[in-house]
Amino acid sequence: MKILVPVKRVLDYNVKARVKADGSGIDLANVKMSMNPFDEIALEEAIRLKEKGNAEEIIAVSIGVQQNQETLRTALAMGADRAILVVATDDVHNDIEPLTVANILAAITLKEGPSLVLCGKQAIDNDFNATAQMLSAKLKWSQATFASEIDVREDMVRVTREVDGGLQTIDAKIPAVVSVDLRLNEPRYASLPNIMKAKRKPLEEISPAELGVEITQRLKVIKTKEPDSREAGLILENIDQLVEKIQENVGG
Amino acid sequence: MKILVLAEINNGELAEDQTSKTVSAAATLGKVDVLCASNNCSNASTNVAKMENVENVIVLEDEIFAQGLAESYSETLIDTINLYSHVFAPSSSFGKNVLPRIGGMLDVMVISDVSKVISEDTFERPVYAGNAIQTVQSVDKVKLISVRTSNYSAVPSTGSANIKKIDCIGKNPLTTFIENRMQTSDRPELTSAKVVVSGGRGVGSKENFEIIEGLADKLGAAVGASRAAVDSGFAPNDWQVGQTGKVVAPDLYVAVGISGAIQHLAGMKDSKVIVAINKDEEAPIFQVADFGLVDDLFKAVPEIEKKV
Ligand SMILES: Cc1cc2nc3c(=O)[nH]c(=O)nc-3n(C[C@H](O)[C@H](O)[C@H](O)COP(=O)(O)OP(=O)(O)OC[C@H]3O[C@@H](n4cnc5c(N)ncnc54)[C@H](O)[C@@H]3O)c2cc1C
Repeated sequence: MKILVPVKRVLDYNVKARVKADGSGIDLANVKMSMNPFDEIALEEAIRLKEKGNAEEIIAVSIGVQQNQETLRTALAMGADRAILVVATDDVHNDIEPLTVANILAAITLKEGPSLVLCGKQAIDNDFNATAQMLSAKLKWSQATFASEIDVREDMVRVTREVDGGLQTIDAKIPAVVSVDLRLNEPRYASLPNIMKAKRKPLEEISPAELGVEITQRLKVIKTKEPDSREAGLILENIDQLVEKIQENVGG
Repeated sequence: MKILVLAEINNGELAEDQTSKTVSAAATLGKVDVLCASNNCSNASTNVAKMENVENVIVLEDEIFAQGLAESYSETLIDTINLYSHVFAPSSSFGKNVLPRIGGMLDVMVISDVSKVISEDTFERPVYAGNAIQTVQSVDKVKLISVRTSNYSAVPSTGSANIKKIDCIGKNPLTTFIENRMQTSDRPELTSAKVVVSGGRGVGSKENFEIIEGLADKLGAAVGASRAAVDSGFAPNDWQVGQTGKVVAPDLYVAVGISGAIQHLAGMKDSKVIVAINKDEEAPIFQVADFGLVDDLFKAVPEIEKKV
């Protein structure tokens, strides 16, 4: 079977987001961008499924600006077989909403015919946690979110989900959309030879219009501001002082 | 404007705190109806009917709802949901699983993790692990809102809503439930506890985590953990606090052996008072802590437990 893995290019998770002075958004000029960590985990899982003989081909897709091809080269270097870039905007500050992303991915899914779409559970920039669920609805496929274990069987995939109360295991019929959580695996680093090889792997570019999808924005961003900041407090001298502070604030 | 709240009911048991705080957020716009869908709703619907500002409790019972499977839930309930202009759910694993799927079905964007309802179409929500707060205005015909419940207080139980039962036939078993491995505990729930004691990688092992649990029990607190502590197997996954774990805002948050990465802060920096214990005086956690103690946790925590 084929596996489709969408990968988003986001502000690197080690870089602190800075709000632009005019309140129009986060400053993304000249900052380090990387593959969304959750998407890396999804891709790693796809590669492991291929190594186990559960899949023949992995297609990575990225939607956004032209520079997303760097993210796709990383995906190819990790082990994706080919890549599709959908240039949906020319401004990196213009975040494409999960609903539009789901429409684009649905169109690509119909074209490419994967049996499984493995998504990160959320993008660490907009924190929506929505694309996989929306895609699954659009395709009328089964849905398994927040996976910490994935076991592909004949006509279904057994997924252990991280839920608020603990862990839940479900069987999702294939074709399925699965969103992955942090504890599923630890992604590999691309080796130098694989980075070189990735340069020759196919990377196709396609426009939203060619896929018949319109880019819409349902949520207008009116303003972006800094959160209320916390001041550093007191460093206490000893345990007794701390005990006192704890007692003052328990039940307070 | 017609407002619906999706109650979270797990296998017949109402997640009362989450549901009540979601009602509280929704009620900033007016009176609400609450949808109770589970295998057994008798207790849940009685409790929801008492929540202030609830007008009608709509009850659908079917085995298919017991485990909150997204496809069955959204397919079966879509006709009911379609009667409303605003649909709220808690931003819990239940709400995050179900609400965006409903969005996909209706071709409507979901407004996740709303920390403030400003008006019927305008909302605030944190982005970038809480490093920025965005105000967004929705142009969709229906507003689908998941609520960051730690920003709201529960509503009082002074109401008396109508309870209406609707017959239904559960649809679409695309997924089959196999099993739950839920943590059971006598401690308060992490997301609603007044006091939380959390341990990080510094705690060192699952056995050592008993030090954290001991202090928590002495304070009547819930236990939390950093991702590093969960990944290392010191603590179960449902204890994780942070961008990808739970968001808490207790009166008192005690962080022990936690460095204070932005992803951890995202889940606890709205706590009223933060106390940090760390042997490294440079640890970033001290930049957000109201009170800090630079000390070895293995020495400090048992002594604190004895003295409080
Ligand atoms: C996409 C993504 C999502 C993430 N989501 C989350 C999340 O939801 N929640 C979360 O917590 N993290 C999350 N993280 C991970 C986060 O970046 C940090 O790696 C993690 O929070 C570190 O945990 P820690 O503070 O326990 O460990 P460390 O950073 O290793 O800190 C351990 C601390 O313990 C102190 N210490 C050690 N020994 C002692 C001792 N004997 N006495 C006192 N102090 C001691 C050390 O000085 C140090 O400060 C996420 C990361 C990514 C990439």
